[in-house]
Amino acid sequence: MTAAGLIFSNIHDQSIPEMTATRTMASLPFGGRYRLVDFALSNMVNSGITKVGIVTHNNYRSLMDHIGTGKDWDLARRSGGVTLLPPFVTAYENPRAGKLYTTRLEALMGVMEFIKHCGEGAIVLSDCDAICNIDLSAVLRAHEEEGADLTIVTKEMQLGKTEIRGNAIVYADEEGNATEFVEHTRLLRGEYDVSTNIMVFSKSFLITILLDALSHGYTAFYQQALAYAMGSARIRIFRHDGYYAKIDSLSHYFHANIALLRSQTRDALFNVRERPIYTKVRNSPPTRYGESAVVANALIADGCRIEGTVVNSILFRGVQVRRGTVIKNSILLQDSGTGENVTLNCVIADKNVMIRDARTLSGHQSLPFYIGKGKMI
Amino acid sequence: MFKKKECVAMLLAGGQGSRLYALTQQVAKPAVPFGGKYRIIDFPLSNCTNSGIDTVGVLTQYQPLVLNDYIGNGLPWDLDRAFGGIKILPPYQGQHSRDWYKGTAHAIYQNMRFIDQFDPEYVLVLSGDHIYKMDYSKMLRFHKNRAADCTIAVIDVPIEEASRFGIMTIDWEQRITNFAEKPREPESTKASMGIYIFNRKKLYEYLIADAKDPASDNDFGKNIIPAMLAAGEKMMAFQFDGYWKDVGTIASLWEANMDLLGQRPVFSLEDDNWRIFTRHDPLPPQFIGDSAKIKNSIITEGCEIGGTVENSVLFPSVRVMPGAVVRDTVVMDGTVIEEDAHVQYAILDGNVHIGAGASIGGDRSEGGGLAVIGEGITIGAGQTVEAGIMLPDLR
Repeated sequence: MTAAGLIFSNIHDQSIPEMTATRTMASLPFGGRYRLVDFALSNMVNSGITKVGIVTHNNYRSLMDHIGTGKDWDLARRSGGVTLLPPFVTAYENPRAGKLYTTRLEALMGVMEFIKHCGEGAIVLSDCDAICNIDLSAVLRAHEEEGADLTIVTKEMQLGKTEIRGNAIVYADEEGNATEFVEHTRLLRGEYDVSTNIMVFSKSFLITILLDALSHGYTAFYQQALAYAMGSARIRIFRHDGYYAKIDSLSHYFHANIALLRSQTRDALFNVRERPIYTKVRNSPPTRYGESAVVANALIADGCRIEGTVVNSILFRGVQVRRGTVIKNSILLQDSGTGENVTLNCVIADKNVMIRDARTLSGHQSLPFYIGKGKMI
Repeated sequence: MFKKKECVAMLLAGGQGSRLYALTQQVAKPAVPFGGKYRIIDFPLSNCTNSGIDTVGVLTQYQPLVLNDYIGNGLPWDLDRAFGGIKILPPYQGQHSRDWYKGTAHAIYQNMRFIDQFDPEYVLVLSGDHIYKMDYSKMLRFHKNRAADCTIAVIDVPIEEASRFGIMTIDWEQRITNFAEKPREPESTKASMGIYIFNRKKLYEYLIADAKDPASDNDFGKNIIPAMLAAGEKMMAFQFDGYWKDVGTIASLWEANMDLLGQRPVFSLEDDNWRIFTRHDPLPPQFIGDSAKIKNSIITEGCEIGGTVENSVLFPSVRVMPGAVVRDTVVMDGTVIEEDAHVQYAILDGNVHIGAGASIGGDRSEGGGLAVIGEGITIGAGQTVEAGIMLPDLR
């Protein structure tokens, strides 16, 4: 079955406001050299989906810069390829005309033209903050074999310890047919199938529920639009048993990055045969380690210069660590750097941050100390 | 005409690099890896891009598969253009002749029709053998200002090495008065860098005449340049003072890699205004494990390091397991060095596998020479490869 893709770039901006003040969730830097959207895009490309629309809302300059023509994902195509879909403000005659969308459902209504004009039989939706390496062609195959109208990729998760925001819980019968959706999940405890917000729609079904939702004035995707269709439609779940992470807060962001220091996480995300994760190529030179460098348990991108100590940390491209500096449990984003004899612990330094000589900064694992883009300390 | 260009570059990339032995068994010299994530040809190509030259013909002959695949549509160097861009020019059969490229001049002669498409005033001839950063637009400006027929880039070399090069004698206005290809007693230290700018019309006259001469080697250094000088054409020398290294031997390739190391490297790849572009595989950042010790080295994407790495250059996806020691060594793509193996003063080509506890090479200070392990070779656990050994030995 051929499919087109749709990625929501701003969908959970509010969950990590410190870092999305100047960018979309999709362009949030992750794992030393990636942006979150790289996972959704690469998953689609690796599964043969070569027509992808990225639904934007606001602050999407950094995203446009990252995507460029799409050639780093092999999505610079004459036919298809990657397209940014800016907000379509005056799209419909409804009480919200002239306003930006606030829900997933409204976002989809805004890109109705893209959906209608796809020649593909299926539309794969994905949030930009689903960090996973998944074979979507297997999902598409299951969708087709089961004759489903909608197949939702779920992940079994232990609720109670972690709160899941923005992802619905899907109840399903033994055959994998979805029976109910629940959104606000604070009271639930135990193991549940949580929607990863990666789903495959048959195109005609998607258009139908969008038109239905429009005429009913629905705004909620799971609890109104899907619940309404539940009785008549065939909605299936597809359990993803690989690695899945979603970023809900600054401390989540911190832990999801630090998790990459475990080889199982790296292997599950980056070392999957035939399914690499692509990103914008920056042409940085290799990283240069000096005579006084001490590095242990660290993920380091190219273009760095390291003369100090780096432990349990992640350095993005072009980070400079001078002599006498000790960096522990920290994440330094692109082109940030330290002077000499700096001490950092549990710090997230955004792009182009400069920490001058002899500064000592520390946060805590539960609340890392965040330094905004371009700041000098 | 839409495709008109002022200057077209012709890059001679057919060289075998026979003195690199095991490293050029499967690839032409320009495709030999260098500097952690590059290949030699990235340097002239990036120089073209950075100098504003967007039309490059690449002349291939020896083992072109890897090179062709690497160049592809020219995307990494911004040479995937609708007008101009990069074209690979292999030798071909014509109605009257069916020849391999007999020499550098013959290779250009065979492709005059390629050049004609762009109707350029100037032709820049480059070779794919050297590591350097150079602004060709400055050389072109010099060529035009001096109204030269041909300009040759020159660099000062030590007098004791001068007899390995084409040596120029120049007068007070940098006009070339004499040229000697590999002279036994060099008259000067100005060596040709193998970079030429010609006025196209003038170049064609000499290429056509040269092609008619059955006694000619069809070579720029041996035939075309001496013929132009003898005829009194205006030939200028363009002085270059930067880093320039011929990496034609195993030893010089190793040295050039080591020139990238140190507090202030002799040759830096870190200049944002003159970036060296290369083709990238989608690999995760390098991971440095708990037991790793890294000093004075450059390491790149996809590497996983658990052992000791000193004074070394590591290419993508190299694995150095805990307890292994890599010192004074160049390790190319995908090579694995197992636990407690020792590698010293060596070049390991791509996809080599060094078994646990194996010992490769010797301490550099003992003067035993470089050990070289060719593409894809497996060295069993506990085995020893002495200093100065090459596998397979093609010398």
